Parts: sequence; structure tokens; C-alpha cells
Amino acid sequence: MSEITIRKRSLEDAVVTQRKFFKKTAKGKIIKVIRERYLRDDIGCGILHCRECSATSSPPPCLPPDGALDHQQFPTGHFVLPDTNVFLSQMDLMESHLFRTPIVLLQTVLEEVRHRSLPLYNRLKALVKMEDKQTWVFYNEFRSETAIVRNEGETPNDRNDRGIRKATAWYNTHLSMTRPPIRGKQQKLLPVVVLLTDDVANRQNAEKEGMPSVSIRQYVEGMKDASQLADLLSAERDESIEATVASRRPQLYPDYLPNATVLTGIKAGHLHQGHYNANEFNYLEGSVSVPAFAKPVLLVGRENMNRAVHGDIVAVEVFNKTDWKAPADEVIDQEVALKNDDVEDSDEEGEPLGLVAEEQRILREEESARQAAERQPTGRVVGIVKRNWRAYVCHIDRTSLTSSSKTSISQQTVFATPVSRLLPRIRMRTRQAPSLLGQKILVTIDRWDSASRYPEGHFVRALGRVESKEAEQESLLLEFDVPYRPFGKAILDCLPPEGEQWTVPLKGDDSPEWRDREDLRDLTICSIDPPGCQDIDDALHARKLLNGNIEAGVHIADVSHFVSPENPMDTEAASRGTTVYLVDKRIDMLPALLGTNLCSLRPYVERLAFSVIWELSPEAEIVNVRFTKSVIKSKSAFTYEEAQLRKDDPNLHDELSEGIRLLNHIAIKLKAGRIAAGALNLASPEVKIHMESAESSDPIDVEQKQLHETNSLVEEFMLLANISVARKIQETFPQTAVLRRHMPPPPENFERLQDILRKRKGLALDVSSSGALAASLDKCIDPSEPAFNTLVRIMATRCMLSAEYFCSGSVSPDTFKHYGLASPIYTHFTSPIRRYADILAHRQLAAAIGHSTLHPTLHSKQHVERVLSVVNRRHRMAQMAGRASVEFYVGLAVKARGEKTARVVEEALVIRTFRNGLNVFVSSLGIEGLIRFKRDIDFDAENYSVTVDDVRIAVFDKVTVRIEVEQDKNTQRGKVKMTLTSPVDSSALQ
Amino acid sequence: MSRPRGPTRLSKPYPGSRIEILNDASLRSEGRRPTELRAPTFEVVPGGADSADGSASASMGLTSVRVEVFGPREGRSRAQTLHDRASVNVEVVWVAFGEAGRRRRGRGDRRVAELTSSLRDTFQPAILTALYPRAQIDIHVHILAHDGALLSTCINATSLALLSAGVPMRDLVAAVTAGVHGSTVLCDLTALEEADMPSATVAVLPRSGKVALVGMETRLHVERFGEMFDVARRAAGVLCAEMRAVARGRAREILDAMDSGPAVLREGENDSGAVMVEE
Repeated sequence: MSEITIRKRSLEDAVVTQRKFFKKTAKGKIIKVIRERYLRDDIGCGILHCRECSATSSPPPCLPPDGALDHQQFPTGHFVLPDTNVFLSQMDLMESHLFRTPIVLLQTVLEEVRHRSLPLYNRLKALVKMEDKQTWVFYNEFRSETAIVRNEGETPNDRNDRGIRKATAWYNTHLSMTRPPIRGKQQKLLPVVVLLTDDVANRQNAEKEGMPSVSIRQYVEGMKDASQLADLLSAERDESIEATVASRRPQLYPDYLPNATVLTGIKAGHLHQGHYNANEFNYLEGSVSVPAFAKPVLLVGRENMNRAVHGDIVAVEVFNKTDWKAPADEVIDQEVALKNDDVEDSDEEGEPLGLVAEEQRILREEESARQAAERQPTGRVVGIVKRNWRAYVCHIDRTSLTSSSKTSISQQTVFATPVSRLLPRIRMRTRQAPSLLGQKILVTIDRWDSASRYPEGHFVRALGRVESKEAEQESLLLEFDVPYRPFGKAILDCLPPEGEQWTVPLKGDDSPEWRDREDLRDLTICSIDPPGCQDIDDALHARKLLNGNIEAGVHIADVSHFVSPENPMDTEAASRGTTVYLVDKRIDMLPALLGTNLCSLRPYVERLAFSVIWELSPEAEIVNVRFTKSVIKSKSAFTYEEAQLRKDDPNLHDELSEGIRLLNHIAIKLKAGRIAAGALNLASPEVKIHMESAESSDPIDVEQKQLHETNSLVEEFMLLANISVARKIQETFPQTAVLRRHMPPPPENFERLQDILRKRKGLALDVSSSGALAASLDKCIDPSEPAFNTLVRIMATRCMLSAEYFCSGSVSPDTFKHYGLASPIYTHFTSPIRRYADILAHRQLAAAIGHSTLHPTLHSKQHVERVLSVVNRRHRMAQMAGRASVEFYVGLAVKARGEKTARVVEEALVIRTFRNGLNVFVSSLGIEGLIRFKRDIDFDAENYSVTVDDVRIAVFDKVTVRIEVEQDKNTQRGKVKMTLTSPVDSSALQ
Repeated sequence: MSRPRGPTRLSKPYPGSRIEILNDASLRSEGRRPTELRAPTFEVVPGGADSADGSASASMGLTSVRVEVFGPREGRSRAQTLHDRASVNVEVVWVAFGEAGRRRRGRGDRRVAELTSSLRDTFQPAILTALYPRAQIDIHVHILAHDGALLSTCINATSLALLSAGVPMRDLVAAVTAGVHGSTVLCDLTALEEADMPSATVAVLPRSGKVALVGMETRLHVERFGEMFDVARRAAGVLCAEMRAVARGRAREILDAMDSGPAVLREGENDSGAVMVEE
């Protein structure tokens, strides 16, 4: 147990021991603060086997008795004692594993670093703890011999320099005192403690006082690994930059124009309104798509982005054409570029000049590299039409913390780094910062003043530990704004009261279920779905007719029977818009009772359905089509694979197998017809995640999804049903039919891809029509690289617009076309359990065939538009959430695989080159990754290539990469990190 | 000087936000070890202001308090007199310069009111009030400077002032403030440290080991409390020895001045305070 003592000091030494300074409160009052200081003699020098200090020192000493012996200038052994500026400007050097000299780190230095920059201070603390370094913190301000008092008229800097010199002198005397010459033995030459400083005046003073001092450059030159270490030296600071005390906080961003001016400006056409999109590769660049220009308006630099946050609707002013710029081709990572930014500095001292300078340097450098040819409209944000701020999932930035003691309850200002790379860091104040470290938290932005570099926000709640599945899942759902709360009572009350016991009643004229319904229970209907599918919303049948034609039917779950318009369940479904599929969780649009039971077309039970039945000629031409509500009884539920096996088994001649063969026969013809009409075969990276077991849900591996012939069978019939339904409802309700379209992409979108293909592979991409594009995509083949075609398809897909739902009365009929499917009209009808648009289509179709009357809301164009805009947004979000979930699990799988085999090495194709990196696509895992080079490499923008160590790497080149999952130190974000292993090993460059 | 200078640090959003409470070599921000107390000064001043019967001043580091004791004397107001014992009145005055920013704290101030009631509750049972029925003991506390551990300094000063006024007590009350930082217990907190960590003030009657007061305004896990409490109690014992020595020194002065008194005391063999009433 620790002994309790009283630290006594006499009143006389109060002058030495007290520290006096003034500070200003938030209100501007000046307060005199006096702090005590207790001087002691038990502060150890940290040198092993020191006669005087070893016994008293805690923690145990770590410096070797003779210091480092490998420096040319100091053959007798030495220790370095760096001053503050060494750490402020040469931290990379000090952190290098090649810098192995034992370091004496003074408290004065440590504290000055802490005052100047918290992030650097945290790096310094990490350096002290590094295993392969010998660093001793000497608390010189507390040791009686080395403590000093500021003299009258002395600046704090001079005082600290004097303190550093005094400590150096003390060390050197201490060394000689504790190693007196032993009689009869040759006096061993003593090691020295060398003052390391770039400050000329300080060195001169040191010389006067007779202690060794040396500049960093000089010192490094005498070291063993001088050539490598010299690279790490940062350029000398521009000494003319002198920070001045700002009387007020300087304004960092221009003020917004008044609202009225903005609105009239937009009306008059000299301002443009649009959604602000941040650039995920470069935090100093964003863009706004406006109708007036084909290309989005580029915003370069903080000031022009003027506090816009991804998703805001902003008003932009476009510059003169001479000031237009090309988008950057460099990766600029906020966390890396601004890792030394200080939370509090940015608060009240306005602007640490170094950072502004740094950012401007980045921009300038980059600017010179921008290509003149690719100029696009450039402008600046002059006003915000609507902020779309919400709660963001963030992590606390560890380096911004002043105190990380768990028990600390002091209020701290910290950076919250959003998970999404599109968002700026958020400054927030919290008393619980230490306990929030390593957690996912929800933070909202409150305001962003023109004098504040970062937006200010506040903590909402903690989601849980980073990388715990619950937290990651919830954060995903929140990040993509997916409503995931359980269904409320009012909603569940809309379900049939029988619950799970509900069945189709016996056939009779009086039961409402059987009204106007066809009895198709005798048909040989089956469903084909992915394995483990619970919400079966479609089933199929086909049979030969006597006249030689073929009857084929698609039966869709009759969800609209259970979900009546405008009841709570319907409203909820409309606001959810779609079911969201995450890797290990499904967030239903409709309560599970409907989705997985009553509406699910399970085998061997009677279910209500909405059927589309065609009479097709053997050549798959539609002779006749009819729509009817029906009752069906599926004969079997197959997986794609089972259906495939059944079809391929020549011994099977039962009705089901024949039906599948017949369906397949037609599907092939339908597909051929579609392709001929110009449908695109697009690709997106799809992978499947293997779970270890159903319970643990720990992914163990990833493989690419396999596609069977039967996948395409089902797809063809669904397309056919959707197209037929679309025609029917458009005919009946030309004003309000719920349709889906895919706008043809503007040809400019393809320019870059075309250029890359031409230059790299000599291939041409014809984008004049979807058919031409499909044909030229088919020709993009590299016989040696099968993945190449897929990659081109993925890249082409990214150039396209996304498909959207629309109300037929809202747009002109010649824009109904679905580009990707090459269909003149299209809707979604076949998955009402998981998509709300399909429910609307069902209702419209039911009205169109006279089964029921159309609910008045579906006669209103505005209402349909409103519902569809929500559905469109939800749909987009659901896709992104699904993808992000896959990404997260791929990350876990890579980690799991890495643990087994030590490292994961995969082949990858380059899809984009940057001035300081590569973007690669790993097709086996379906992920993309960024490879960054810290050192500058040769970048050839014209030819889309970079040259690293004399090896040229260009877009579409095959490389091998090592994939690791590493936890970002600051954000705790699990990040897939890729390094190049061939043709060049890039690990040294990073 | 070629060092690029940052702006002079005049202002900071939170005072001391850049102070490390306990560094890696387990030194606190002013160079103390966790369980070292600040340099205390205790002074027993005879007479003191006006007609006080006893007065004393105490300081822990930069926290400084002066206390005057009046009485036991006849109760001024009839309503407050108790027929079987003396009533204890405490009045706390926080001088304007006693805190950074010259903040005026009147009688209605929450902290002043809390200090007042804490002091009364501590001393009412410690003083042998039953010896003076219908009398009144007035304790006037002046806070001259505040740098943490305020309540404990007030208690210590009051103890000595009562001693100097010759008010009979069960024991000298001594108090120490302790806090928990991480898993380390720190003794005698400064204002900076108090703002950062959960802390408690523990006042004890060292000879009987009885606890007169435990005051805690922050939340703390119950498992941490035991250790913190124990350290504070032991520290109070250490401090009490210091206070006794001062009291004895003062007594010796008086006796020397009178050139009389029991020889035992002069030789300093008696361990207890000079004017203590033995139980």
C-alpha cells in the first residue's frame, strides 16, 4: 500500500515553485492563475545502472549505459535530447524505426508539444511507448536542479530553450558525477548528451555554455542509415510565417447570400440549384449536378465548397469559363492530410497557419497536375437551399482527446469522424469522450459557422462496440436511413385475425376470397428461388395447348388482398418502400406473417395469387395474355440448383420436370429476342458469403455467386410479366400508372471509359444505342484475362443512370423506355412482398381487369409521384445498405481467411490510376480497394498509367495484391487495406 | 530566435484542458506523487480579529482559509438556543479575491450554503456541546484563496480555531480530499484535478477512528470507493499529526511566555493536544 506523505516546501521557495500566468475566459475577462510546483530529487535520469537514480526511478530506466555508439560525430557514445521543434516538424523522422538513438525527452518539450498540437502530442506519446525505441521522459521541471523560472521579460520560448539547455547541462554533469574515474583503471571516455535543435540561437547559446549541440540535418548525416533517414526530413519551415494573435476569430468561409437573393438568382438563372455531392477520394473537392450543364459543376477547395455537407441542396454560382477546372486525379484523404489538426486550435485561434498552408499546397500541386482538356464547369456555393443533415454514425478520433483516462469527467472537445468518407469531421463537446472511444456513436451536426473550420455537432447515442455485429448492423441501417423498428400494434392489427392459422376458405360463392377468382389449384405450378428463401412471391407453370401453342403462367402473391390502401400497414409499407436484405438480416417491408407465410407461395398449400397467363406460340411470341386473380397450390419449391438438376436429368418425365423444360425453352427464345432488341447484359460484382453455421453467423469465406440457367429462366418470365402488366395499366390509367424506366445515359458519361479502352486495349465502345453498346461490350474480350469483360461491364454500368419508378402522367411518353432492358415500357409487378411499387401495380392491375375499383389516391398524380419518390429513395438506400453489409462481411471473411493462412493474396485488375495511387478491383471477392503510394510516383494521366520503380502499371493491368483488414488507429474503423505485391511490392512505398 | 512562434496562449476554452492529471511516471501536474499531500500551513493565531475567542488559519497548497471562533457565549437569539446543549452556528464568507475571476458569492450561493451545512454537521457532534446548555458557538470561516480541497481545508482550520478558543472537543477533526483517476487514488486534489475526477472529502476523528463526514458530489463506482475512502482516512491521520504538532508548538509558546505549566508538556511527551478534553 502506498505511503502517504506530506510534500513540504518552505515559503521562501514559493517564487521558484509557483507558476503564474494570465488567461482569458470565454467572456473576455482576464484571470490571473497561479499554479504550484513541487520540486523533488527523485526524478530519475533513466540511464541503466546509474548509481544515483536507478533505485528511485519509476518506471524502470531504459536507456543503455553508453547510449548509441554508431554515430560518427560521437564515438564515445551519446544520447540525443531534442527540442520541441524537432518533434513538431520532424515527427516522421523520429518515428522511423531506423532512428535508434536513445532519446531523452524533456517534460518541457513534451508539454510544449502538447500545447502546440494534440495530435502530434499523441504521436509522441505513442513513440515513447514504442518497443524498438529507447525513450526516457525526464521530468526536468520537477527536478530541483533543472527547474527554472521565467525571467522578467523573457518569452515563454526563450524560457523553454533555457530549460532545455539546463537539462542538457545537468545530464552531462550527472554522467561525469556518477562515473568517477576509478584509480588504476584507464578512464573510460564518457558518453555525451547531445542537444538536437534546428534553432541557431539555441545552438550558439549551447556552445557558449559548453555543451554539445547539433542540427537535425547534421545529425542525420552522421548516422548509419543517413541516406534513408534523410528522406524523412521535412522541408525547413518558412520562417516568415509568424502567427499573429487574432483579435477576433477570422472568417474562414464566405458568408451565404441572403435567402431572397438566392431564390431570385436561381429563378433568373445565374445561380444553379442542385444536390451537393462530396468526392469520396478527395475531401477538398465536391460537385453539384445542375440541369443547366451536362457535366456536374465542380467545387474545388474548402472555400468554394463553403460548408456544404453531402446531400444538402445548395445554390452555386458558376465561374467564368476561363476559371474552369478539371477534376482532380489524386487521392486526398482527410484523415491523413489533417491528422495533425487540433480540435481546440480550430476552435478559438482560428486557423493554424501551417494547416492552411498545407491544404493550399495540396491544392496547388494538384492544380498543376490537372488536365486542361477535361475542364468542366467550376463554381462556388453561395447559399444553402436546404440542409439535409441527419444523425451520422461516427467514431471518436483518438488523437483529438486531451485525456483518455476512463474516469475523466472533464469536458473535452473532440473530433468525431463519420464512417462515410463523404462527410467532414464533426467537432463536438462531450464529458464522456474516454468511454466513447472504440464505440460507434451517432452524432448530429448542429451548425457550421463561417469562422469554424469544421461543423459542430453533438453526441446522440452510442450504438455499441466497433466491429460488434449489432453495432455494425445498426450503424449500417442508420447510415442508409433504413427504418428498422419493429412493426407497431396498429400495423399488426391490420393482419388477418387468424394469424398463422389463416387458410384459403372452402370454395363457395359467398366467401369474399373467392369472388372473381379463378381456381388454378390443379395446375402444376412450382416456384424457383434462391436457397433458403422464405418470402416466395412468384411461381410459374407451363403446359402445351392442343393447338400447339404453349400456355405459360406467372403467379404472383396477392399481397394487395391483405394490404388495403391507406390503412396503417399500407402507410408503413409505403414509407419503408422496400425490404432490405443485409447479409445476415432482412428488414421486412411487411410484417413477417404476410411475407413469409400468408403471401408466401409455399408448396402444398392453397394461396391467393395474381396470375398473368400467356398463350405463346412455339417461337415465344405472345398470342394472347390475360390477367386474373386466382387460387393456386404450388406443387414444389425448388432452388435454382434443384430446378437445374431436374431439367437436366433425362430420366425424369413427370409433369414438373416437363414444365420446367418448357419454361426454359421459351425463356431461351425470350432472351434471344431481348438481346436482339438491344438489351444489355450488365454486371455487378456479386459474391456469396459462407457462414460457418446458422447460429454464429461468422463468415468464413467468400465466393462468387454462381448463376444457373434457371436463374435466367425465372428472370425472363418476370420481365415478361412486368412488361405485360406495364402495358395493361398504362393503357387503362394513362395518367397515374406506376411504371419504371431507365433513362439512356448521356454519351459524355462514357467518354472516359471509351478513351481508356481505346488507349489501353485498342477497343472501341459504341454508345449510340443500347444495342450498339451491348454488341461492343461483347467484343471487349481479352483472351488472357476472362475477368476483363466483367470489369468493363461493371465500369460501363457505373457510367449509366439508375432506373427509377415514375408516374406515367408526369413525364412525356417518349421517355418511358427502359434502356438496360431495351423495353419500351416496364414496371415492377412480381415482388409485392418486398417492393411497394409492386403493390401499387397490383392495385392498378386489379382495377384494370375490373376486379375491384381503384382507390382514389391512385387516381391522383401528385399522390403517386410522392409515394414513388420515397420508394425510389428507399430503393437506392437499400441497395447501398446491402452492398455495405456485404463489404463488411467480406472484410470479416478476409480477416478470418488471413488468420488461417497468414496473408490473403488475390489477383486484381486496375480500374483507375491516381497521381498517388491505384484503384483496383478484386473480382474473386467482389471488392474494390485503394492502393496508396506515399512517395511520389510517375503519373501519366494521358495514358492512365503510373510508373513505380520503373514498372509501368496502367488501367486494366493485372496485379496481385495482398489484402489485410486493419483497424484504423484513429477511427477504429475496420478498413480493407491493399498492398501491391506484384509487379512491384508497394509495401515499402506506403 | 528562429523558432516559429505560435500565438501567445492567452485563452483556452477550458481552463487546464491541456493538463495531464497523472503522467506516465505517476507524477501529478505540479510534481507530486499520487498520495503526497500539498505543503500545509497551520497557524493558531491568538485573538485574531476583533474579539474572537480563538482563530486559526490553514492552507493546503494554494487553498487558504481563516477561521474565527466566538464562544461559547450566551445565545443571541432566543429562538435558536437549545436548553440542553450549545448550538453551533457557522457562517462562511467567500472573499471576492478568493476565487479566480473575482466572482462574488453571497450568502445565498449554493456552494457557500453547502459548505456551511457540511461544517456544521461535522462539528456539532465533535464539540462537547452538552457542557454548555443554552450557549452558542459561532464559527466564521473566511475563504481567502481556493485551489481545490476547500471543504477539507475549512474543516482543518475550524478544528484548530476551536482548539485555540478552548472549546472542548472529542478529538481534533482532520479532513482530506481524495479522488480516483483511472485506478489510482490521488490525495488532496487541486481545483484542476477536482474538475476532472470523482472525489470525496473525508473527515475523521483520528484517535477513535470515527468518521465525521464523507462528502461526495460526483458519481463513482462503488468498487473504487472503498480504496479511495481508505486512503483519505489514512491521509487525514497524517495531517492530524501535523496539526497536533502545530497546536503543541503554540501551547509551548504560551507556556514559555508564562514560564509555567506541566513539565510533561514542555518536554513534549504528551501525545495529545494541549487543551483537549480527554474522553
